[in-house]
Amino acid sequence: MHGGMSAGELVAEGIRKDFPGGTRALDGVSFTARPGRVLTLLGPSGCGKSTLLRVVAGLEAPTDGRLTLDGRPLDGVPPGKRDVGFVFQNYALYPHLSVTRNLSLGLEARGLPRGEIDERIRETAQMLGIGELLGRRPGQLSGGQQQRVALGRALVRRPRLYLMDEPLSNLDALLREGMRAELKGLFRRLGATVLYVTHDQAEAMSLSDEILLLREGRALQCAAPLEIYERPADLFTATFIGSPRLTVWRGRAEGGIFVGGAARIPLPRELAHGPTIDLGVRPEHVVVSVGPLPDAWPARLEVAEPLGDRALLTLRVGDETLRAFSPHRAWPDSLFASVDSARFLWFDGETGRRLESGTAGGLDWCP
Amino acid sequence: MKRAAFAVAAGAVVAWSLAPAAWQLATALKPDSEITAAPTVYLPHPPTLRHFAALAKRKPLGRYLLNSFEASAAATLVAVGAGLLAASALARMSGRRRRRVLFGLLLLVSFPPILLLFPLYEAARALGGVNHPLALVIPYAALALPLAIWILESAYRQIPREIGEAAVLDGLSPLQRLVRIELPLALPSVVTAGILVFIACWNEFLLALTFLTRDESKTITAGIASVGGSSIYEIPWGQLSAAVVVATAPLIVLVFLFERRIAGGLTRGAVKG
Repeated sequence: MHGGMSAGELVAEGIRKDFPGGTRALDGVSFTARPGRVLTLLGPSGCGKSTLLRVVAGLEAPTDGRLTLDGRPLDGVPPGKRDVGFVFQNYALYPHLSVTRNLSLGLEARGLPRGEIDERIRETAQMLGIGELLGRRPGQLSGGQQQRVALGRALVRRPRLYLMDEPLSNLDALLREGMRAELKGLFRRLGATVLYVTHDQAEAMSLSDEILLLREGRALQCAAPLEIYERPADLFTATFIGSPRLTVWRGRAEGGIFVGGAARIPLPRELAHGPTIDLGVRPEHVVVSVGPLPDAWPARLEVAEPLGDRALLTLRVGDETLRAFSPHRAWPDSLFASVDSARFLWFDGETGRRLESGTAGGLDWCP
Repeated sequence: MKRAAFAVAAGAVVAWSLAPAAWQLATALKPDSEITAAPTVYLPHPPTLRHFAALAKRKPLGRYLLNSFEASAAATLVAVGAGLLAASALARMSGRRRRRVLFGLLLLVSFPPILLLFPLYEAARALGGVNHPLALVIPYAALALPLAIWILESAYRQIPREIGEAAVLDGLSPLQRLVRIELPLALPSVVTAGILVFIACWNEFLLALTFLTRDESKTITAGIASVGGSSIYEIPWGQLSAAVVVATAPLIVLVFLFERRIAGGLTRGAVKG
C-alpha cells in the first residue's frame, strides 16, 4: 500500500549522549536498522534505549556520533523534517482534537492537498479498524483505541522509519498479547523499517528481526532473537533473554574440570578460560528423572510450580539451586537432573563474556 | 452535622465578602434623608434611582466606562499575549532557570507602584501621552504581566511534554504549536488570567488619576474620585455609592459571562498512565 515509498535504512555510529549533571545515557552505540526490518532496542530501565530512540527522532541532540537515514545525515535536521513516525508510550494524542484531526494535523502542517489527506486518513483508519472513531476525541476512547490512534498518527505520515517507544506497555496483559501479534502483521504488511523500544524480552523475541541489547548506555549484542537466545554474548544478556531466567553457578577451573557447587564437569577441551568460570543452564535444557541417568546430579525437589502445559521445578543440587521445566507428574522429593553438555553456557567469571569452543566467542554485530 | 457546619462557615464567608457591597448598593438606592439617619435605616424605603439620575446628569458615566473598558481590554490583550509567549518559553527551560525567572518576576511585583508613578508620569508627559489611553495601557500591561506569566506558566507545565513533542514531530512551527495545541489546551487558564488582569486594570486608580486630567479621558475609577459635593463640607454619599455600583456592575457581568469557560478537565485523555 505504500507504493513508491522506500523503507529507510538508519545507520547510527558511535552515538554518545551526556546529560547536564554528568549522566552518560549513551556511551558510543552503533547499529544499523535495515530496510523493512524490525530492530528492537531492549534492556532494563535506565539502559538508554528510550534516549537512543529520542536521539534518532531528533528530540534529543547527541553529544557525539553520527546518524544517517538512507545516506542523508540527520545532524541538525529538525524532528519534523526527519521523515520518522513516532509512537509515544503514553500516546500523547491531542486531547482537544477529534481522531481525524489528530491524524491530519501533521499532514496539514506539511501542506498536503486536502484530497490526499482524506484518502490517507481513510486508508489508515481502515487498516487499524478505527473508522468508527474518527469523530471522537481521545477522552472518549478506551486505552486500546487510543493506542490505535497513536499508531495511526505515525502510519498516516508514511515515514521512512517508525520509532516506537514501548507502545504496548500501557495496555493490560490480554490486550497486549493480541496487539503484539497485530503489530507484527502490520509491520510485515507495511514493509516498514521499525526501531522498537521495549524492556520486555518476550515482546522483543516475538516482534523483532534483530535485537540490540543495551545496558548502561552500551550495546552488548545485536543479533536475531534466536541467535541472541542461543549464543548470548555475555552473562547479562543470557539472564535477560529467556524466561524464567537461566540458572547460574559460579565456579572455578581445576585442571580442565569445572568445579562449582556439587558439580564437577569436564570443560570442553578447546575452551580458552581464566581461573573463574560461571556456568549457565536454561530451565528447558534440564532433564529431570526419577532414576539416575548417566552424568546426572542427585537433586532434591524444593518447589513445583504448575504452569499448565508443564511445571517449573526448583531443585537443590548440593548447595546450588537449579530451575528446570518438566512434564506434569507427581515427582518424588529425591530425583535426578541432567543436562546435555552441548547445552552448557560458559562465561568468564571476571568479564562475564561467554566462552566459546572453537571460534572466538563474543559479539555478533549487526552488519 | 459536618454539612451544617460547612454551610454556616460558607455563609459567614459570603456574608463577610458581600456585606460591604450590599451596603453600598443599599446606600445608592436610599433617599438622602435615610443615608445619614440615626438610628440606622438598613433597607431603602422607598428605593430611589435619584442618585443615579443626578450622577448621570453631572458626569459622563458612559464615557468613563468606555475609557476603562478600552484601557483594560487593550492591556489585558497585551499582557496575556506576552504572557503566553513567556510561559511557552519558560515551560521549555530547565527547572532551575525557570524558577529564577519566576522568582525575579515575583520580586518585581513586590515593589509598590507608587515608586513608578513619577518616572512614568515624566515619561508620559515627555512623550505627549498625558490624557492618552496608551499612557495607561502600557504600564497596566507591564504591571499585570508577572501575574499573567505565573498563571499561564503553571498551565503550560500541566500540558504533558509528549504532546508538545508530538506536535514538533508532526512538523508544526512554534507559532502553529502555540495557536493549535498550546493555546486550546491552556484555554481555561488563559481565560482566568485574562479576567484577573482585566479586573486589576479596571480597578486601578493611582495611575489613572495622575495621567488623566481631562474629564472625558478619565476612567471610571478616576471619574468617581471627581464626584464631589457643592462645598467641601458636603459629601454626596448617595451619588458616590451609585458611581461605585456603576463601576462594579460590568465586572460582575464579565465574571458570570466567562464562568463556564473556566471549567477545567480539558486535558483528559491526552496521555495514558
